[in-house]
Amino acid sequence: MRLHIKNGRLVDPATGKEGSGDLFISDGKISEPFSKPEKTIDAKGLVVSPGFIDLSARLREPGYEYKATLESEMDAAVAGGVTSLACPPDTDPPLDEPGLVDMLRRRALSLERARVYPVGALTMKLQGRALTEMAELAEAGCVAFSHANVPLADTQVLWRALQYAATFGFAVWLRAEDAWLAKGGVAHDGEVATRLGLPGIPGFAETIALSTILELARATGARVHVCRLSTSGAVELMRRAKAERLPVSCDVGIHHVHLCDMDLGYFDANCRLEPPLRSQRDRDALSRALADGTIDCLCSDHTPVDEDGKHLPFAEAEPGATGLELLLPLALKWGRARELSLAATLERITCAPARVLGVAAGSLAPGAPADLALFDPAAALRVTPEALKSQGKNTPFAGYELQGRVRTTIVGGNVVYEG
Amino acid sequence: MQRNPQLNAKGELQHLLSIEGLPREVLVQILDTAESFAGVTEREVKKVPILRGKSVFNLFFEPSTRTRTTFEIAAKRLSADVINLNIAVSSQSKGESLLDTVANLSAMQADIFVVRHGSSGAPYLIARHVKPHEHVVNAGDGRHAHPTQGLLDLFTIRHYKQDFTRLTVAVVGDVLHSRVARSLIHGLTTLGAPEVRVIGPQTLLPSGVESLGVRVFHDMRAGLKDCDVVVMLRLQSERMGGALLPSAQEYFKNYGLTAEKLRLARPDAIVMHPGPMNRGVEIDSTVADGPHSVILPQVTFGIAVRMAVMSIVAGN
Amino acid sequence: MKLPDAEKLCEQLAAELRPRIDAKSAMIGLYTGGAWLAERLHKLLDMKSPLGLMDIAFYRDDYHAQGLHHDPKRTRIPFDVNGRDLLLVDDVLYTGRTVRAAMNELFDYGRPGSISLVVLADRGGRELPICAQHCGARVEVPAGMRLRLTRADDGRLALALEPSRAA
Repeated sequence: MRLHIKNGRLVDPATGKEGSGDLFISDGKISEPFSKPEKTIDAKGLVVSPGFIDLSARLREPGYEYKATLESEMDAAVAGGVTSLACPPDTDPPLDEPGLVDMLRRRALSLERARVYPVGALTMKLQGRALTEMAELAEAGCVAFSHANVPLADTQVLWRALQYAATFGFAVWLRAEDAWLAKGGVAHDGEVATRLGLPGIPGFAETIALSTILELARATGARVHVCRLSTSGAVELMRRAKAERLPVSCDVGIHHVHLCDMDLGYFDANCRLEPPLRSQRDRDALSRALADGTIDCLCSDHTPVDEDGKHLPFAEAEPGATGLELLLPLALKWGRARELSLAATLERITCAPARVLGVAAGSLAPGAPADLALFDPAAALRVTPEALKSQGKNTPFAGYELQGRVRTTIVGGNVVYEG
Repeated sequence: MQRNPQLNAKGELQHLLSIEGLPREVLVQILDTAESFAGVTEREVKKVPILRGKSVFNLFFEPSTRTRTTFEIAAKRLSADVINLNIAVSSQSKGESLLDTVANLSAMQADIFVVRHGSSGAPYLIARHVKPHEHVVNAGDGRHAHPTQGLLDLFTIRHYKQDFTRLTVAVVGDVLHSRVARSLIHGLTTLGAPEVRVIGPQTLLPSGVESLGVRVFHDMRAGLKDCDVVVMLRLQSERMGGALLPSAQEYFKNYGLTAEKLRLARPDAIVMHPGPMNRGVEIDSTVADGPHSVILPQVTFGIAVRMAVMSIVAGN
Repeated sequence: MKLPDAEKLCEQLAAELRPRIDAKSAMIGLYTGGAWLAERLHKLLDMKSPLGLMDIAFYRDDYHAQGLHHDPKRTRIPFDVNGRDLLLVDDVLYTGRTVRAAMNELFDYGRPGSISLVVLADRGGRELPICAQHCGARVEVPAGMRLRLTRADDGRLALALEPSRAA
């Protein structure tokens, strides 16, 4: 399909360029201008941006189809302007063998919506004992290896896993949380947890684990991406590691740049997240670090949970929040609060995560894949869980008045969503 | 911020979930009403007709004979019908969810749910899902709150000491796991007690406990000095011998209340304990049964306080 | 409109009651106005048995509509009611519902020999078959108004009209 998008405000985070103009698409790629398009889209009043890239979205298949299905979550992705997403390996069974990965990719491909990049399990069944066949898994389509939110307490296994991954140049994505210090905890260990009588996870559970990870990255030379930073201490450690030019990157979840433990209110199970929402000070440090580049990218950490999983006392509720459809409005809210340009804001959900994924997306340059999001940055959006496409209605942002609505999503030159 | 889920639109007590966040006037109203009910419990006919025709469901997801019994007596003295459900061994083990259990009981025309649950915040979840005419009274949730115990402690203190604004109160022991301590501390600070102390080893004090408005002491002798009220907390045996405490002997030596240590408090100090007591672990028998102890009156007052709470919430 | 002088009514009621007082008599006042009146009469009559004071909050018949009244006082009856001839004292008699509640509460303390009702003013409007044996005055009260006893800082009692809470 030869497509012409006219009258839009083009924002290319890769170059930082913003301005009104036309965009041409052919053969699924951004192309030089041409005449006689087969279809023209009038993007008057809309921003034309590379489609969003989400480093963590749980699609719940295989194994948790009662929480969400690939269909529902892929609908949610494109409705949120997300054109590429990485899914963590904590499915049931976990993504620890090539057949599972292959099946997931084929299922996703057949739906013709967003591009799905599976992240393979670092150890068999995520049990933290035996390594997976990483090379085989990579061949089947895994872009990286991780342990999702499952604790990997045995540091010798972690060391070996990083050595092995480094051998082949595979990236390893890790959450930084000391399994023993976090044991039994459900909230940030601080005043709020003390008041509510919730078992706490101290902030140093993250910095201690991150120190270990960084030391092992230094020793092994593995490419490490640290997932979901939650503390100001971890931000400082990442800042130093980057100054030292370690091959490390990191991300933060959308909830953690906006919310803190005070938002637990009266035991709001929608605020039961992994990592836990931390103090106001931590939140502000994360927000700043994302702006100054210490934190590379922002992700939705999309985790659809069914009602049965949330209608429970706080500590018993299943952690996680739905997020694919809120990634853009919450990124815009963050960018406005930090007084960033639109291009700088969008960089954190386009070309920055593309670099972590190692894919050639996130740009409007001719030759780049025609994955686009056309959105109205000023359109009001009242968060109504029932209206979400995702099967997960679990969000602490219910009732929030946000701005930013996706109107059209294009993947590989095909319109996959129109709202 | 959401509205305090315990209060209705008029600011009246609809559920009792926690002492935290209750205005001073509401606390005083409960204590004054309890004072009137204390008169009733001293009569020959210890019953008033106020909750005639109402049903009180004692929903105990965690076993507790003592608290359940005091709620049962209180409800019966208000002429309510009481149904005891020991959920720990019934539907939950069959996999029924908390809210399904509540919905089922609600269909049986409940008016008050008295809830004991092992998980902090469980009564809030229930209160969010009950019908407008139904009321939830928290009988202890996880480590979070035990508001009727806190209120009966406040009632006891007021009974013996009248004015809160001149008192030094020490809460001794396992504050980390104690819902009783949290409720009492909130109550004391709301009613204007100028100095509330917590005494215990660092392993038994929650992080940032100072934010509750208390002074922290690790040395019991220093902490007891000139106290008007000493509240001993129960130390559960399962806390022993792990990473929290090495042994009951060492704990008693450092944090057990003996007659000798009590002499550091004011001569007219009262000693309280929410029960059940571990004699020789947190408190010596000579103190538990001694002239400063008001542990048994606490139990008696507990009934009047629970009568007050149920009659107030059920009317709002 | 001119209301009767409560102080004069007290004297008058005391004079009326004096011949009835004997060893079996005891007095109980109902909070709040009735308690003030009872305190006064108890003193004027120089009664031997201590005064009882009663708050009928837990016996009211409007709990289901109104909830529990704020700040109920503690009922204190410092004598054995069994066999006693009780003088139940209230300030104003209106629907009779308060007296019904008071009698119910009294019987939870025992079986009195008799109960007589003493009120300062009767404003009519009875909804129950209750009447006062000793009444200071009959008072017409305009619709939407409430008649109640007040006590000044110096202890002087007076009747007052105020808009009723329901209006």
